[in-house]
Amino acid sequence: MTIQEKEQDIIDEFSIYDDWMDKYEYIIELGKELPIIAEELKTDNRLIKGCQSRVWLHADLEDGKMVFSADSDAIITKGIIALLIRVLNNEKPEDIAKSDLKFIKEIGLQEHLSPTRSNGLVSMVKKMKMESLKKLS
Amino acid sequence: MEKVAFNVQEIRKEFPFINRKVNGKKLIYFDNGATSQKPQSVINRLTNFYTNENANIHRGVHTLSQEATSAYEESRINIQQYIGAKHSHEIIFTKGTTDSINIVAFSFGEHLKEGDEVIISAMEHHSNIVPWQMLCERKGCRLRVIPMNQAGELLLDEYSNLLSSKTKLVAVTHISNALGTINDVKTIIEKAHQVGAKVLIDGAQSIQHTKVDVEALDCDFYAFSGHKLFGPTGVGVLYGKEELLNDMPPYQGGGDMISEVSFERTTYNTLPHKFEAGTPHIAGGIGLGEAFHFLNSLDIDQVEAHEKELLDYATMRLKKIEGIKFYGEAKNKTSVISFLVEGTHPYDVGTLLDKMGIAVRTGHHCTQPIMNFYNIPGTIRVSFALYNTKEEIDLLITALDRIIPMLKN
Repeated sequence: MTIQEKEQDIIDEFSIYDDWMDKYEYIIELGKELPIIAEELKTDNRLIKGCQSRVWLHADLEDGKMVFSADSDAIITKGIIALLIRVLNNEKPEDIAKSDLKFIKEIGLQEHLSPTRSNGLVSMVKKMKMESLKKLS
Repeated sequence: MEKVAFNVQEIRKEFPFINRKVNGKKLIYFDNGATSQKPQSVINRLTNFYTNENANIHRGVHTLSQEATSAYEESRINIQQYIGAKHSHEIIFTKGTTDSINIVAFSFGEHLKEGDEVIISAMEHHSNIVPWQMLCERKGCRLRVIPMNQAGELLLDEYSNLLSSKTKLVAVTHISNALGTINDVKTIIEKAHQVGAKVLIDGAQSIQHTKVDVEALDCDFYAFSGHKLFGPTGVGVLYGKEELLNDMPPYQGGGDMISEVSFERTTYNTLPHKFEAGTPHIAGGIGLGEAFHFLNSLDIDQVEAHEKELLDYATMRLKKIEGIKFYGEAKNKTSVISFLVEGTHPYDVGTLLDKMGIAVRTGHHCTQPIMNFYNIPGTIRVSFALYNTKEEIDLLITALDRIIPMLKN
């Protein structure tokens, strides 16, 4: 599946919820499926400093594809990262670097990308792309 | 001025924001510690200024400029009278509390020498920490900190021990923005004066909640922002005693703050203009005067009683939530409740409350040392203003009852 196809899958899944509460309950559920970063990898250089919630991200290259694991102390943030990882895991670094991740807006989570939320999501996306670019060079 | 008996429903009618909906829900605004909403009179005053009265001040001979100057200066007098300053020229218009504190740190700070000491407290906002750290670095002074107990009350015995002939300035908050503690500033000021130190009170969280009389307090400086007391953003006040302000060098150079300028030598204008370089926030200053007019129409003791009732009621209701922990349980506190619920992150709680139309603040509230003291990353802060109601608190509790189990599972 391409990145776009995986994004479309998520958009379809979310389309059944018109209630924000159900949507967030689902995001919280997704948070539980997040590939959790190993405790010993929770080091300062893997910490993405958002203002309010902390996020750790680990990125690896396996057979030419990126593999991510992460964790956060906030559960909604965790759910959103799980979505990002679902879309970007096992993709080629160059595809990740040029992805536009439109699904975030499509499923109504764009508010988490606004700078005032300071939840590290923007930095998170940036970090995933940066790590991918690093593997390219 | 005749005071009207306090009636929250009547007050609410003066604030158009009460009609605002957020995420399809009626907005419940519990982030008053960050900024307050504005009464229609202040909004109208700003609109009218820009519509009919806009001109630069202190310079023109034309009618409009004179009208604008009078309105601006009248505003200064309103503020002087409300806070009980001796002279109107002791009221310096600034950009806000942060700006006011920086003026003192820079200008009064010029008198400080190596080895002098500045005392702040453990519960200061970053705005009342960083300017003093910068001053201490510049002048080789030492910054000392009054500790607090677990309840969030300053230890005044420890404070007495910190005071000495080296102490030149004490800068303490009147009311803590993160904990709600009302500090005994009167005692703090008296003790400082006994060793010859001057005192700056950070009043950012005070005037909207309680009566402030700078002469009765005998503080040397009092700093506050307009936007937290129902006025516009971008304008605030530094009150300073005349003799101290006269003795301080100007903070910034520019128009309006000069008496005569030549390339060889410039002489400075008198107070308050010496500290008001450049075209000020004229509309803001006039709007702030209107906010004081609004405050003056209220019986502040009744406002205080209403807010105390909200505080007690909310505390009582919140206490019943399993796993809740309060931060800031001072005996003397006002309008602010900071808390965490075990097993939940403040960011998650704040996000879901927002979905229900309830605005609270989450995070460290620009008081990282307080968060470090309690060893927590941040809190959920509910902060009230005079237009909040018990019914809104009931809705907050209902919302939390729905949200918390969702986050805990």
